[in-house]
Amino acid sequence: MPERIPVVEKILSANDRLALENQARFAAAKVFAINVMASPGAGKTSLIEQTVRGLTGKLRIGMINGDIATSFDADRAQAAGASAVQINTGGDCHLDAVMVQSAIGQLDLASLDLVIIENVGNLVCPADFKLGTQKSVLVASIPEGDDKPYKYPGMYRGVDAVVINKIDLLPYVSFRMDFFKKGIEVLNPGVTQFELSCRSGEGLPAWLDWLEAQVRAFRKA
Amino acid sequence: MHELAVTESILEIALRHALEQNATRITALHLVIGQWASLVDDSVQFYWDTISEGTIARGAQLHFRRVPVRLACQSCNYEYAPAGEILACPQCGSVEVKVIAGEEFNLEAIDIETGTE
Repeated sequence: MPERIPVVEKILSANDRLALENQARFAAAKVFAINVMASPGAGKTSLIEQTVRGLTGKLRIGMINGDIATSFDADRAQAAGASAVQINTGGDCHLDAVMVQSAIGQLDLASLDLVIIENVGNLVCPADFKLGTQKSVLVASIPEGDDKPYKYPGMYRGVDAVVINKIDLLPYVSFRMDFFKKGIEVLNPGVTQFELSCRSGEGLPAWLDWLEAQVRAFRKA
Repeated sequence: MHELAVTESILEIALRHALEQNATRITALHLVIGQWASLVDDSVQFYWDTISEGTIARGAQLHFRRVPVRLACQSCNYEYAPAGEILACPQCGSVEVKVIAGEEFNLEAIDIETGTE
């Protein structure tokens, strides 16, 4: 007769352990890392581009890019003043701690203050795979619709900040900001939120100030 | 894609625990998956049949226990299951809500055989 053995282990515990190692490596080098997640087309790349542009000269920025095909490639990142590593996910739906571990090895952490990790555009899988960043950021956008927190609760649950992008489109799209924010509030009470437009630049300074303050506080600690 | 990584983790954990018990075979795995943990059972089963080949877990049955989401209102203590787009407390309307179940993503137990009986 087979015998039942209790296991009670989180299925992704191996990834979680490795994420903790990544986190320790970033911390030892006093590098603040963020994991930027979003659905395809929400504006991850635009936000990162604006962020690199806005903070270059103030912070030394490195990028780990996991998008399968992005317009903001390593060359453009370097042109904007960041050092960049491209991860080939081979069509995978998310980054995991192993991919990030090997990418960290290709960055000179000692010469950086901030590492921005661009996850694969997807509102489901990246939520489950911790990478070892200090903070994770979700980029939402007005044209996606105001029901996204309700449809993808897992993604909204675990993030430290939500950036609501493309607010310049509010006059043209039926998007109930109250309804959207109520969903976020239930799923992730008190989460930091930004409303901005990467295109018009409206609201960007608040995001840049917040991120810069986070990095400085972390490096001082 | 996502399910492949998950299934590999499940196999790794099961084999490790089986080895500790000197098992000769794993006959079943008991998984506990919350409603808000994104996972497709059929897809895991599909990958399982492939990646368990050649291991002592080959042919093991996968049992999924799905846990529905339960929310607890922090204002009036009412416990409820969210209905579609209504996440706030249906009793008092508060959005101060705690998720008390539905995010599980665990391998709870394995059934093993040891020795030659």
